[in-house]
Amino acid sequence: MTAVELTPPSPAGVPPVPATPARKVSHRSPARLALRRFTRNRLAVVGAVVLVAVIVAALAAPLLTPYDPTAVDLGAFRQAPSGAHLLGTDSSGRDVLTRLLYAGRVSLSVGLLASLVAVAIGLFFGAIAGLVGGFVDSVVMRATDIVLSFPSIIVVVVLAGILGPSVTMLVVVMGATNWPTAARVVRGLVLSLREQEYIAAARAAGARTGWILMRHVVPAALAPVSVVATLLVASTVLNEAALSFLGLGVQPPQASWGNMLNDAQNLTLIRTMPWMWLPPGLAIAATVLAVNFVGDGLRDAVDPRSGGGAR
Amino acid sequence: MLAFVFRRLLVNVLVFFAVSVGVFVLVRAAPGDPIRVMVDPVQMQTGGEEFIARKRAELGLDDPLPVQYAAWFKRALTGDLGTSYVSHRPVTEVLTERLGPTVLLMGTALLTAVVLGLLVGTVAAVRRNSAVDYGATVLSLATISVPSFFLGIAAIYLFSLTLGVLPSAGMSTPGGGGGSSDILRHLILPAGILGLSLAGPLTRYVRSGLIGELGADYARTAEAKGATPRRVVVRHALRNALIPLITVLMIYIPQLFGGAVIVEQVFAWPGMGQLVVSSIAQLDYPVIVGFALYISLLVLVCNLAADLLYAVADPRVSLR
Amino acid sequence: MAEPLLAIEDLAVEFRTEDGLVRAVDRVSYEVHPGEVVGLVGESGSGKSVTAMSVLGLIRQPGRIAGGSIRFRGRDLRTASEREMRAVRGGEIGMIFQDPMTALNPVMTVGAQIVEALRLHQRRMSGAAARKRAVELLSLVGVPNPDTRFGQYPHEYSGGMRQRAMIAMAIANDPVLIIADEPTTALDVTIQAQVLRLLRTAQREAGSATILITHDLGVIAELADRVVVMYAGRVVEHGDVHTIFSAPRHPYTVGLMGSLPNLAEQGAPLRPIPGSPPSLLDPPGGCPFHPRCTLSQGRQRCRVERPTLIAVGAAHASACHFHDELAGVAPGVPVPGAGATDPAGGTEAEALR
Repeated sequence: MTAVELTPPSPAGVPPVPATPARKVSHRSPARLALRRFTRNRLAVVGAVVLVAVIVAALAAPLLTPYDPTAVDLGAFRQAPSGAHLLGTDSSGRDVLTRLLYAGRVSLSVGLLASLVAVAIGLFFGAIAGLVGGFVDSVVMRATDIVLSFPSIIVVVVLAGILGPSVTMLVVVMGATNWPTAARVVRGLVLSLREQEYIAAARAAGARTGWILMRHVVPAALAPVSVVATLLVASTVLNEAALSFLGLGVQPPQASWGNMLNDAQNLTLIRTMPWMWLPPGLAIAATVLAVNFVGDGLRDAVDPRSGGGAR
Repeated sequence: MLAFVFRRLLVNVLVFFAVSVGVFVLVRAAPGDPIRVMVDPVQMQTGGEEFIARKRAELGLDDPLPVQYAAWFKRALTGDLGTSYVSHRPVTEVLTERLGPTVLLMGTALLTAVVLGLLVGTVAAVRRNSAVDYGATVLSLATISVPSFFLGIAAIYLFSLTLGVLPSAGMSTPGGGGGSSDILRHLILPAGILGLSLAGPLTRYVRSGLIGELGADYARTAEAKGATPRRVVVRHALRNALIPLITVLMIYIPQLFGGAVIVEQVFAWPGMGQLVVSSIAQLDYPVIVGFALYISLLVLVCNLAADLLYAVADPRVSLR
Repeated sequence: MAEPLLAIEDLAVEFRTEDGLVRAVDRVSYEVHPGEVVGLVGESGSGKSVTAMSVLGLIRQPGRIAGGSIRFRGRDLRTASEREMRAVRGGEIGMIFQDPMTALNPVMTVGAQIVEALRLHQRRMSGAAARKRAVELLSLVGVPNPDTRFGQYPHEYSGGMRQRAMIAMAIANDPVLIIADEPTTALDVTIQAQVLRLLRTAQREAGSATILITHDLGVIAELADRVVVMYAGRVVEHGDVHTIFSAPRHPYTVGLMGSLPNLAEQGAPLRPIPGSPPSLLDPPGGCPFHPRCTLSQGRQRCRVERPTLIAVGAAHASACHFHDELAGVAPGVPVPGAGATDPAGGTEAEALR
């Protein structure tokens, strides 16, 4: 800079209005601002409403339908939708609507659990990488690259092939292959927090790394990590469905949206009995789309600059 | 440059090594006697107890695990991945003949995705906040959200069963011998659906990347030089936006493979994915293990390619 | 005086923001005559760059030109077609941007970028001829080994060299007007003097008029013939460089010089302008400068009545109700314009310290 700098230091928070207009941020808390941005995003609101509806329907399944999701009734198999069976029955005479509702419980909880596992692992490694730095950091970062490049579907396919399919494995593998996104976010956050004074002060006061983690990193990471977690739920629900469709995920007679479609793999059935494959397919699509809208809305609300980043 | 390549290569070789150890351990964890993975089942059947005992010793199955691993890995490196339980042919052969269809499917899908992603992403970025942009955003989210197998079934319902314009399964008409146009007709649905699943994320990348580049100072410079908007987008901004896209593409190839496994299943496409799913049903462990090694290799090659291509495409990255 | 090259009249530019409409440029008028250097001074956010971008027709959403006219060589650029504007941009008007690190395309060679500038306006020029001319231009702006440098990427250039390349690009088509937006701000102090000298040489050789946008009075003293001082989107004073420096008639201009260390009286303490520029979302009523003004002292008129530019001398105007109170209160600054005859001498080194 020259000696001749005309711009006087402006007091923080009151930016001089420049040619490219800046935002006036004064009297609004970040959380309220984020909420305002979220509710102004029509798609996100629609997504949230759909999602709540799906969750409520899944939870209230016993109230909404008189049938047992696994009760085989061979006298009533492959019936078209009727007053008794709103969405018809499947090849074993089970009520499709009932299975759809109960399958929602399974699909949503597998997706949710898997992303929780992923976020927990990611939080741990991300924080370690950010706090310790150096060699540990570069090893963790390299690991995230490599883990991310192995698609969870393939890993589950191979493991299910060798060990046999199970829901536990599904959750563990999807957690283990999806943690890097969360880890990177947390690491970036820790690195920027580390620069801030209160961490330095805490260190100087002799605080242990674990304590710093709990006290400072976790609260600060909450918003960005919940965005990552939400978007992860979308992909884990989708992967669970795909794997159950292949017969490598949730095993019948327990219903999941994916394995309901597994039955629909012959042409006659596809052509003549769309009630068997259309509802679960639409349920997956609507749920995942809703979660994605909510996730996108959350991300834009929490960090407006990130607009439309890709996944 | 060389040092960089060497370092990356080293990491990838190490990872491949680790994966192979993992696979080996899994094979041991798998139900059944590991000897079954290594010896031709026909010989097993005819050989009797004594034959198996001799084979065990020969194969070193009585040796300590690390020694066994070394032997197994050495054989794997020379292309000996054992024999399929089902077809009784060498695993390498079984996998390799499925490679062609999968490469054809993935290649076409990749091309579709890149063309769509570039086109839609560019239009959306240039006409930001317009109806087109809004539509593109929703559509790309939809392609990410709608499961490909459901989309596949719906496409079969519509195009094959209702309209009757496209075949629903396989790679060619049985006994038809229609040649390449026949294969192309079979390719449209699976490759289109697989391509769509990647076009969504690519569109989002192109859009956000291009919006960033169009806001960059150099784009303003180009405009101030008197360049047309088209020229600013194509010659300046897009060129910059494409550099990270190359890396993204490499990283997405393994993901695309995951999608291919599903799409091949829906459309009975005779590729590696369909092979592995049927092998799982038939408990054909050697094929599954071979598949795992093939895929790890693909993933690591893509990883390496991502790093290298980035360096080649961006003049600012100097590897020397 | 002869017909002006560029006449901006009552220009108004607005930006839509989340919090409302911002009037970044408010009824601004000034003229540029052939061959002269007009310095546009003001703090960041005063609307200097926005007026320049308006001239090139480069105000993009969410901004728009809300009123006024921009006459350039006899035609109104506001009504010109996009095609005509493209011929003006880079052809008749060359533009130099502030930050040469980001203003050049990182994945195109510098040579290719100059060639592009040439061929966009001289369609019949062959590739070989354009290349030859680009190398000439590079050597003209003092890039050593222009033949080699032609094929290099911006990241292989130093900051000063990049700005030289920017200048080469701006003068490639012999423009009649050069707009230089903070051309030296991003550069090292030692490089600044060289680039300024080059800018002056280039401008004189081509006979181009220049709009020099800067917040740096040292740069103005060095190059400008006339000065337009802007504050909060308005012109508050204009006049020739001698008059402005020797007898400023607006308290803001006086304040600017007071906060300028090396032009202020030797030994006198530095007096920065108190406060900060106003928010254009909610500009103060009356004179926009009154909350910071040392002259106003809370007088009613400053708070209520918006001052207009009034002639205070030959080719000198001020937008201050009480400008006459400043008459004869010369800040006692050595007249800087004299430095213009001294190409690389003391004034420059001093001003740029």
